[in-house]
Amino acid sequence: MCLAVPMRVLAVKGNENDISTPRIGIVEAQGIEKEVRLDLVDRWPAIGDYLIIHAGFAIHTLDAEEAEINLRLLREMAAGVAGVTEGDKGSP
Amino acid sequence: MKPLATILLDHGSGGRASQELIRNLFLPHLDNPVLACMEDSALVDTGAGRLAFTTDSYVVDPIFFPGGDIGRLAVNGTINDLAMRGARPICLSLALILEEGLPMEDLQRIILSVQAACRGADVPVVTGDTKVVPRGKGDKIFINTSGIGLVDGDVQISAMNARPGDAVILSGSMGDHGITILTQRAGLSLQGDLTSDTMALHRLVRKMLDEAPGAVHTLRDPTRGGVATSLNEIAEAARVSVELEEGDIPVKPEVGAACEILGMDPLYLANEGKLLALVDKDHAGRVLDIMRSLPEGADAAIIGRVTAGPAGRVVLKTIAGGARIAPSLTGEPLPRIC
Amino acid sequence: MKYVSEFRDKKFIVPLVAELRRIIDRPLRIMEVCGTHTMAIFRHGLRAILPEELELISGPGCPVCVTSAAHIDAFIDIAARDGVRVAIFGDLFRVPGASGSLARAQSMGARVEIVYSPMDALTLAEKYPGEEVVFLSVGFETTIPLVAATILEAERRELDNFTVFSAHKIMPPALAALLDDPELRLDGLLCPGHVSTIIGAAAYAPLAENYGLSCVVAGFEPVDILQAVILLAKQAREKRSVVENGYARAVSWQGNPRARKLMSDVFAPVDCQWRGLGVIPASGMAIRERYGCFDAEKRFAIRLTEAPEPKGCLCGQILKGKKNPADCPLFAGRCTPLAPVGPCMVSSEGTCAAYYRYARV
Ligand code: SF4
Repeated sequence: MCLAVPMRVLAVKGNENDISTPRIGIVEAQGIEKEVRLDLVDRWPAIGDYLIIHAGFAIHTLDAEEAEINLRLLREMAAGVAGVTEGDKGSP
Repeated sequence: MKPLATILLDHGSGGRASQELIRNLFLPHLDNPVLACMEDSALVDTGAGRLAFTTDSYVVDPIFFPGGDIGRLAVNGTINDLAMRGARPICLSLALILEEGLPMEDLQRIILSVQAACRGADVPVVTGDTKVVPRGKGDKIFINTSGIGLVDGDVQISAMNARPGDAVILSGSMGDHGITILTQRAGLSLQGDLTSDTMALHRLVRKMLDEAPGAVHTLRDPTRGGVATSLNEIAEAARVSVELEEGDIPVKPEVGAACEILGMDPLYLANEGKLLALVDKDHAGRVLDIMRSLPEGADAAIIGRVTAGPAGRVVLKTIAGGARIAPSLTGEPLPRIC
Repeated sequence: MKYVSEFRDKKFIVPLVAELRRIIDRPLRIMEVCGTHTMAIFRHGLRAILPEELELISGPGCPVCVTSAAHIDAFIDIAARDGVRVAIFGDLFRVPGASGSLARAQSMGARVEIVYSPMDALTLAEKYPGEEVVFLSVGFETTIPLVAATILEAERRELDNFTVFSAHKIMPPALAALLDDPELRLDGLLCPGHVSTIIGAAAYAPLAENYGLSCVVAGFEPVDILQAVILLAKQAREKRSVVENGYARAVSWQGNPRARKLMSDVFAPVDCQWRGLGVIPASGMAIRERYGCFDAEKRFAIRLTEAPEPKGCLCGQILKGKKNPADCPLFAGRCTPLAPVGPCMVSSEGTCAAYYRYARV
């Protein structure tokens, strides 16, 4: 019910706890840039972080560590499949 | 379907709504064998040779956009409609409907652009017309162009000629024009290198037909409705199925990203400088090489094949390894957040 | 696109499907609650590769499909008024109420603007100071906080020609209402990823406890969906029913408290009519008194009038996962995406539309 995409932070304007000025991030994916609102992001982003963007707002700062853990397990599983046939491997 | 009381934007989308309008209103009343072919241009046998004839109206908003403007679009689009029957474009007409208050400067810019496009393509405008409507009764400028071309004696290009086994070739990346126009709309703007692909394709077609005679069965420029809709039309006309490999269809990364952000499917976005060629499979590699030797076809790729499956069915084999039907566009593609 | 393409990679999908086939040991009925899941499953053609034992039913998680005809009619009523310009997400444009759709209203002269963000509606209000700009808002927990933030921004900018019509809904009460139905047999719930970003995976703990139902939060890429289904299948095999988070990069156990606070600062729960499901207590979100000046229902003195469901439409049953679109006599005949009878056919993520476009052969 809610399309949202991860985009990388290029710049951050405003301060986390100051609502008197707009809190805005410039985010990017594949060369496409977009200005998004940071009003409700849970963890204030740093440049280079990925934000999950829904309808012009960041709703979450992506947990890169969790993503990497998941991807590592997936890679291990994919590599394992070639040789191993038994065993409960790799689904997180 | 119950009769619709008013015209909706969907009727101009090039998708199913447009097709229903044509089938339910225009064809029954204006029926004749040439019209009934429903191809990009009509072929009229003059006795002294076959004439290709086509007409198209351009109502794009904004009238200037990255990669082109309404003038260039009007020239290239009509040239392409001729080329898709294998015709050599001879000349064009240019009819303008101007809204009162249009800055003269804008009109001049558009006409210079028409001039440049005509010179580049080597196809002249030989007749024209201008009307002005009161402010608010039009939107800046609408353009209609018609075109005439000649088809060589042995050239047979038609949607009906697609055959099982044919390779489906797309001349370059898809969705560029559609996403560029959409992201010009207020509220949907994205910064980035999105550019319309508007381009005349008649030279590309010429080279394909000259250097691989008989190999090309069908040509179509996937404008409104996109690649998926054009292939559905072909599959219906030729009573065949088409199988597409999602992973082989060229999409520029920035176009792909813009589509993800706005919830659009590039298979349904308009292209203004791309063609689909359905080509005898034994000559597909050769035709691909020919296409890639010209800038218009530099990124051409084989994206699928024609099969003997049920008539009118287009199946997309997804990058995820799954498969699904890719039907015609239903109405104007809209961004979604859900 | 980083964090997207990797999760569509066939080299992961093939072994995941194999794994799923290995562990699934009996027929499983799983509800994908979220319309975006329904869409993703069709878009990536996953049904073609999933094991036959797995039956996926689509739940009530398409905000447009569950918006009552009364709301749609009220939207159209507002859009048709003089001096009004409405802003909507594209999803809403073709949805039929009892009195037509916004698309048709536009063809009769209503000013309807499709926006990407509610903030774009604010921009419209600034651009047209002489008009009333109304954001007709549907959505779940993912969307509601950003509408709240938009209302706060409108207050900061002192805009007096901007209002929001809130037809928002929240998920947990609807899920509970659904699960209270004894006819609904489910082995697991594929929980909506981005709603969970806000409400947190913890929100499903009562469902797992009270209904003994396996709940796994899932992302929207094919790999995410497969991983989550595998977790559900494992739970079924091991006869466990707990909440697991299969979308840890975007969802935490606690969710996003900042967003939830914004949401509850501006909105308060109210009883709300869901199309096909009826009135569900405290499942809607109305604008609080404090922000009443931004409430379109107040500004335009709207009274919702209940309209009957379209005759013959099975959307209600379909939203509960009890019936399939193919069971509906109107499906693909009188009811198509171009001339939709029921809401499930309109929204691109509606079950009937998804079946029509992608599954029908
Ligand atoms: S096919 Fe149409 S009428 Fe039937 S349930 Fe779906 S939306 Fe309702």
